[in-house]
Amino acid sequence: MSTSLGAILREQYGVSRRDFLKFCSVLASSMAISPTFIPRIAEALEKTPRQSVIWLSFQECTGCTESLTRSNAPTLESLILEQISLDYHHTLQAAAGDAAERARDLAMKANQGKYLLIVDGSVPMGNSGYSTIAGISNVDALREVASGASAIIAVGTCAAFGGLPHANPNPTGAVSVSEIITDKPIINISGCPPIPVVITGVIAHLITFGVLPELDKLGRPLSFYGQNIHDRCYRRPFYEKGLFAEDFDDAGAKKGWCLYKLGCKGPVTYNACATLKWNDGVSFPIEAGHGCIGCSEPNFWDAGGFYRPLAVPTEGVAQLTQMAFAAGGALGIAAGVLNAKKRDHAIAERETVSIDDLKRKG
Amino acid sequence: MNEVAFLAWVRGIGFQIALGIFIVGMVVRWLEIFLLGKKHDYSAPKGSAVQGAIHTIFSRSIPEKSTWQRSRVQIVTGYVFHVGLLLIILFLTPHITLFREFLGFGWAGLPNSVVDLIAVITMFALLVALVRRLQDPVLRFISTFQDYLVWTVTFLPLLTGYMAYHHLGFSYPTILGLHILSVEILLVLFPFTKLMHAITLFIARGFNGATAGHKGVQA
Amino acid sequence: MSNASFSRGYQALKAQIDAPIAAYFSSCVHCGLCAEACLFFTETRDPKYTPIHKLEPLRKVWEQEYTLVGKLKAWFGLSTPLHDQELADWQEFIYNSCTLCGRCSLVCPVGNDLSYMIRKEREGMVAAGHAPDGQISAAKRAITVGSPMGVKFPALQAQIKHIEKDTGFIVPVNQVGAEYMVTLSSMEIMNYPEYLEALARIFKHAGKTWTLCSEAFEATNTGIQIGSSDIARELVSRLVNAAERLQVKTLVSPECGHAYTAIRWEGANLMGKAFTFKVQHILEVLEELRQQGKLKTEGLETARMTFHDPCQLVRRGGVIDEPRNLLKTVAQNFVEMEDAGKMNWCCGAGGGVGAIEQAHELKTRVFQRKISQLDAIKVETVVTACANCRITLEEGFEAYNREMPVLGLTELIAQHLVEEPATENAHE
Ligand code: SF4
Ligand code: SF4
Ligand code: SF4
Ligand code: SF4
Repeated sequence: MSTSLGAILREQYGVSRRDFLKFCSVLASSMAISPTFIPRIAEALEKTPRQSVIWLSFQECTGCTESLTRSNAPTLESLILEQISLDYHHTLQAAAGDAAERARDLAMKANQGKYLLIVDGSVPMGNSGYSTIAGISNVDALREVASGASAIIAVGTCAAFGGLPHANPNPTGAVSVSEIITDKPIINISGCPPIPVVITGVIAHLITFGVLPELDKLGRPLSFYGQNIHDRCYRRPFYEKGLFAEDFDDAGAKKGWCLYKLGCKGPVTYNACATLKWNDGVSFPIEAGHGCIGCSEPNFWDAGGFYRPLAVPTEGVAQLTQMAFAAGGALGIAAGVLNAKKRDHAIAERETVSIDDLKRKG
Repeated sequence: MNEVAFLAWVRGIGFQIALGIFIVGMVVRWLEIFLLGKKHDYSAPKGSAVQGAIHTIFSRSIPEKSTWQRSRVQIVTGYVFHVGLLLIILFLTPHITLFREFLGFGWAGLPNSVVDLIAVITMFALLVALVRRLQDPVLRFISTFQDYLVWTVTFLPLLTGYMAYHHLGFSYPTILGLHILSVEILLVLFPFTKLMHAITLFIARGFNGATAGHKGVQA
Repeated sequence: MSNASFSRGYQALKAQIDAPIAAYFSSCVHCGLCAEACLFFTETRDPKYTPIHKLEPLRKVWEQEYTLVGKLKAWFGLSTPLHDQELADWQEFIYNSCTLCGRCSLVCPVGNDLSYMIRKEREGMVAAGHAPDGQISAAKRAITVGSPMGVKFPALQAQIKHIEKDTGFIVPVNQVGAEYMVTLSSMEIMNYPEYLEALARIFKHAGKTWTLCSEAFEATNTGIQIGSSDIARELVSRLVNAAERLQVKTLVSPECGHAYTAIRWEGANLMGKAFTFKVQHILEVLEELRQQGKLKTEGLETARMTFHDPCQLVRRGGVIDEPRNLLKTVAQNFVEMEDAGKMNWCCGAGGGVGAIEQAHELKTRVFQRKISQLDAIKVETVVTACANCRITLEEGFEAYNREMPVLGLTELIAQHLVEEPATENAHE
């Protein structure tokens, strides 16, 4: 907790004031914040003391951390990382073993109630032995660290919604952070992985405004997850015209037609890929020729095959159809035969009508 | 249940349940009808029953003159929403994708904007049909709860489909899920309500036409 | 023999359900188009006369007895079972306001043969004791006396004598081996004796052998109208036995619509076997003779004429072109009514309605349809081929103050026969 970002930038990176403001404006626009706030962001970032952050990784693949760090230097992401004091992150920190855990304890004590907790990965509830760090089960670690945090950011779909470990049949009983911690503000930054600038943007927001950004129903910042991929997709005109790629290397695919029939989940996915894009705005999956797999949505692993169009049932129906025909046939024949019997019985039992009994008697 | 899980449910288990009930129901109803049988007709034929049946199956789609003169609005409305529904069901690309899943082959769809327009017209025709059902003395008199139920479950897939396409009211997964759910409700009710006419009318016309054909009348 | 009761009626309704009925009820979309097909609705605008509504009792039996869903609904108390009062209330619809004209059956867009079902529904009504009094009396007379109007053979004999005296022709009775066995409707015997005379002339002219049968001259079948196959079978069997005994080639049904339906279409099915003889309506016989060149006519009627199609002949019988071909040989100014032919409007008193006293007012009211049809084409004479239509037309014209002669087609043809028998120059 020493120098401010402004100082670091100038001293360590030689970033000019102009470049710094440009960075702030990019940040503001990506978060859909009015440009009038740019000076305020800049000021906050420059002045605020470095924020203590504890990063816990549970059942995860490190993809989210990769996303955050694996970028061409120096990026907005790395700049932001300088602004925080990452006091514990078992992949990134230099310390190991007991020393590492001690660092965490220290940071927690020093910033009790003020540190930010970032989590990636889901928490196994089945058997605590499925995932432990330094002998402490994930759920215990989470509860302990969360208790002193000011807010929690669940990074990646695993932490936000359970993600891959949660996928059917969920052998470890994986759950999301929000299913365990209910008494702290939680921001879900879903995605498998999330877009790096979304992570940094949210941290910047927290530092700048000191309050949570506006969230959607799933606890995701609206500024990044308020938009539907399909609505922002540059292939949308083809969708409207009914021009679809039928195969990954057919003429339609080469012409860049819509990938709906190849299973694109863009229409049901909320994320910023189509606008912010990946790798410094170079491209995003749909642009690269693959449909969106809906990675920022809960249960996306189990939401039908990635290559099954949205309009078709998630599972094959051939067997069901056969069974239903057989069952219907059996039931129908039984009912039909009984009906015919009943009718024939009625015919047999029908009493002959003669002219003497056309009227009711008495 | 969150919206993605809801969507997955309607596309998964929900669809399976609906399809299962639909198929079982259709087969049962079909057998219920045919196993009742029809008595052999001993009277000497004057024409061909088979030809009469085939004739009526097609000809009854075209209103006969005096009916046309007397019930224009009713007939036009009926035509518009039936043709509209058929076009939407068969020629919207996502629907074709679904048929391909079942049949193994697909066909060319109409541009979405065209289907969108057809949907608006179809919904309008259905609304006219509803108003008529509520206002016309005959229709009001013979209508039962089922008539309104069937109207509703026919209208809902159109409405939700339209809303899904235009992203109205709900998030896309929710409205898409609702759209699929509404179709599933339709499927479940289909065999057990007058919706069944879509299939049985050919049987009905066939029998009627056969009786007439046997007598040398073109029905 | 048992007493008429609800349970007997219900049993009878249950016995009627077959695949066509199940398909029809499954298909009805409550579009209401059948209402505009039925003159009882078009002339009263009262929705209760909508044809499909007339079938509610039968529909209930079908749904509750023959569908799984119906059984479930009944089980959950979601439907009310058919009860006696309902049947009693429906007499008004099943009998008084339905002539079994079959117009609705040609209009229903899903193809429902409504009149087929109403005919079957009557079976249940009869068994339950809910048939109208007028029809019950007619049926009783038909069975006991031999004709619904109570005409006995001696009355016919008197007429035969009369004709033989007037024309000098022989009217053969009980002639074994004749080509045609002619039957009559008592209406013709009582009100239109010209018919029998016309037949005598025509067969003579054509050189065909024919006969009447003293035990089976009455062709009308009140069993069909009231809707009792038992009574209908009894009546039909008289004709069948006679035709078989006399070994005739063809049994000729008279100028009567439903008599044709009874013997031509229902007859064989009531007997449960195909006939060994042919059944033809008199118009079919005449047209056949005309085509064989055995019916030579001369002179043309100049009056503006039209033909009223009896429902049972056109819609339920397929006799459509015959009357037109015949009429054109003798009428110069033949014009068609709107909707003529297959879609012609009923006179309003077929299917036994004419015999129902309570229906009298309604019957007259719906005759307005015929009046409108005729007013539109301004004819001077109406020709028809059904004694029942004929009497209804006459009564109707009287009620609506129209001067309009009504002719039977057979008589009209007979009037125009050339005096020299055609057969002599044609064949021998
Ligand atoms: S590629 Fe996907 S997101 Fe883009 S328009 Fe097609 S369906 Fe929508
Ligand atoms: S395009 Fe879809 S699947 Fe791909 S990263 Fe974005 S949200 Fe995830
Ligand atoms: S058969 Fe004729 S009278 Fe009877 S309901 Fe149908 S249209 Fe009306
Ligand atoms: S016309 Fe046919 S479908 Fe329409 S209400 Fe009448 S019976 Fe039903």
